[in-house]
Amino acid sequence: MSTRRAFVVERWTRLSAGSTIAVAVVLAILALAPLLFDANVVDSLTTLFIYLILSVMWNALAGYAGLVSVGQQAFFGLGAYFAIQLSYYGVGVYPALLLGAVITAVLSLPLSLLMLRLRGGEFAIGMWVVAELARLIVVLDPVINGETGVSMIALNAINPESRRDYNYWMALVAMVVLLAAVFALLRGRLGASVQAIRDDEDAAESVGVRVLAGKRTIFVLAAFGCALAGSLWLATSISFQPRQYFGIQWTAYMIFMVLVGGLGTFEGAILGGVIFFLIEYLFGQTGVWYLVGLGAAGIVFALFLPRGIWGTIEDRFSIRLLPVGYSLRMLRSDPGPGSGAKTPQD
Amino acid sequence: MQDTAASSADDSLLVGADVRKNFGALTVLDGVNFTLREREAVGIVGPNGAGKTTLLNVLAGAYRPSAGAVYFKGGDVTTTDAAQRCRLGIARSHQIPRPFGGMTVFENCLVAATTGGGLSGQRAYQRCVDSLELCQMIHVANRRAETLGLLDRKRLELARALATEPRVLLLDEIGGGLTDEEANNLVDTILVLRGRGLALVWIEHIVHVLVRVVERLICLDAGRIIADGKPDAVIADAAVIDAYIGGQGAS
Ligand SMILES: Nc1ncnc2c1ncn2[C@@H]1O[C@H](COP(=O)(O)OP(=O)(O)OP(=O)(O)O)[C@@H](O)[C@H]1O
Ligand SMILES: [Mg+2]
Repeated sequence: MSTRRAFVVERWTRLSAGSTIAVAVVLAILALAPLLFDANVVDSLTTLFIYLILSVMWNALAGYAGLVSVGQQAFFGLGAYFAIQLSYYGVGVYPALLLGAVITAVLSLPLSLLMLRLRGGEFAIGMWVVAELARLIVVLDPVINGETGVSMIALNAINPESRRDYNYWMALVAMVVLLAAVFALLRGRLGASVQAIRDDEDAAESVGVRVLAGKRTIFVLAAFGCALAGSLWLATSISFQPRQYFGIQWTAYMIFMVLVGGLGTFEGAILGGVIFFLIEYLFGQTGVWYLVGLGAAGIVFALFLPRGIWGTIEDRFSIRLLPVGYSLRMLRSDPGPGSGAKTPQD
Repeated sequence: MQDTAASSADDSLLVGADVRKNFGALTVLDGVNFTLREREAVGIVGPNGAGKTTLLNVLAGAYRPSAGAVYFKGGDVTTTDAAQRCRLGIARSHQIPRPFGGMTVFENCLVAATTGGGLSGQRAYQRCVDSLELCQMIHVANRRAETLGLLDRKRLELARALATEPRVLLLDEIGGGLTDEEANNLVDTILVLRGRGLALVWIEHIVHVLVRVVERLICLDAGRIIADGKPDAVIADAAVIDAYIGGQGAS
């Protein structure tokens, strides 16, 4: 057929290379934060990292894979719960926090067999039911003291100053590793596949996508991420009350962060996490009105700015700082066959 | 059923053997025997509701037949799911386009090339560019698919199916509502594909477009094949004329 035209597929622009360097610089500074900043800042940043994990996880789940879950607090709570259990049976504090998340992720695998049969609204509500069930079962555990809850006593044995720094570094490493993992997965073959599933499951199957496997990978990853966020939360607050950890407010926060930042954009979830953190920092003490404000803002975004802040910027200006997608550019000249492949640049 | 496949094993590529499909009490396919040979192009016509799309769904693996079997390259694929069949080499388009709306046109094809086609890296990119060029979609390659109009959505159905590097292409009314010039372009595109040795099943109401591409025509009515043969003969067949006039008629 027609002569072959040369092209490049751009995945990484000069701008995104620049933003990667910026990210690296910020991370380097953050790594030293406990040496540079006072205790309040370190505590706040730890909280921010946990929010970022939750935001990016829910975005991977709902924004990329189309799995709109309103029950992610199930994993948040279970991560903390298993950490307490492990610590109770003598596992060291920080290994217990990590293992709590690992156990939750392992459990999410059989759960996925059940839940991923459900579609759309059924899945969303089903996940909420799972979260409620998880809470009811956890409350039955004598170690937990029913709704009263329990403290992770082993955490108290560590001196508060070092504990703050350990928590901070663990949260930072967890955030960086999880965000990098999600980014790498979304940029890879899986990312395109799950987006296809999100947009049209049957059509995705018709082009060869293994629908169940794709969904399951994201489901388990998000379970692990939310569970680790939960056990990190436990590390900062020490006490565990089932109603708090399995509360639906966690999912409300995740939805808020992702909708405001930009559903289905990697940068948006990060932006949303930062915005939520700032709003909470400024207005978090105002009680009920704070929650009402969050809800209202979420609805306004869903109605009038459905692609969120970052999605809108991306559409308007074609800016991609941390791109997971592909951009095709045809080259003018036609040096002949075999010239199709050029190294991506610019 | 085994002998149906065996009897034509020499060059039969895709076979539906006594395929039946019910939806509850409704019988939509009532014992359809269908054979597509290597490199062959078959057109399917029939009144609305005849079961054409259902047959295509059964061949592509989107529906499991209520009875009967489907063979591809001599192997039984009746219980093979749609994704696996695509990876084996059966690609399809959808009567009502089903683009991946949140992804760009290029990314739509890329999913197909990497999963269905098993390609990666530059080879996958090249495959997508080839498909998009053939379907005249290069200029919209970076648009999100949800922003496309109907014509481009239909083209994308074809481009995305092609990106999977199929052996058989199952097309469901991709020519509906086209202008003469667009229809000519489509025919040219399909003829290029035929030249590459692709086997083809094409459901289409616009028979004069269809007959420029296919060498065999099948007429389906009420879940049964009522005519099968050379296009001219099938068009002239009394039963076919009856089906169209007696039925709801074709659009
Ligand atoms: N999933 C389904 N569930 C129930 N009934 C169905 C389903 N799919 C198709 N049908 C019915 O089967 C019959 C045949 O439908 P089909 O789509 O195969 O017809 P068609 O020949 O493609 O028609 P058209 O030319 O209008 O596209 C119709 O009566 C339709 O309502
Ligand atoms: Mg149809």
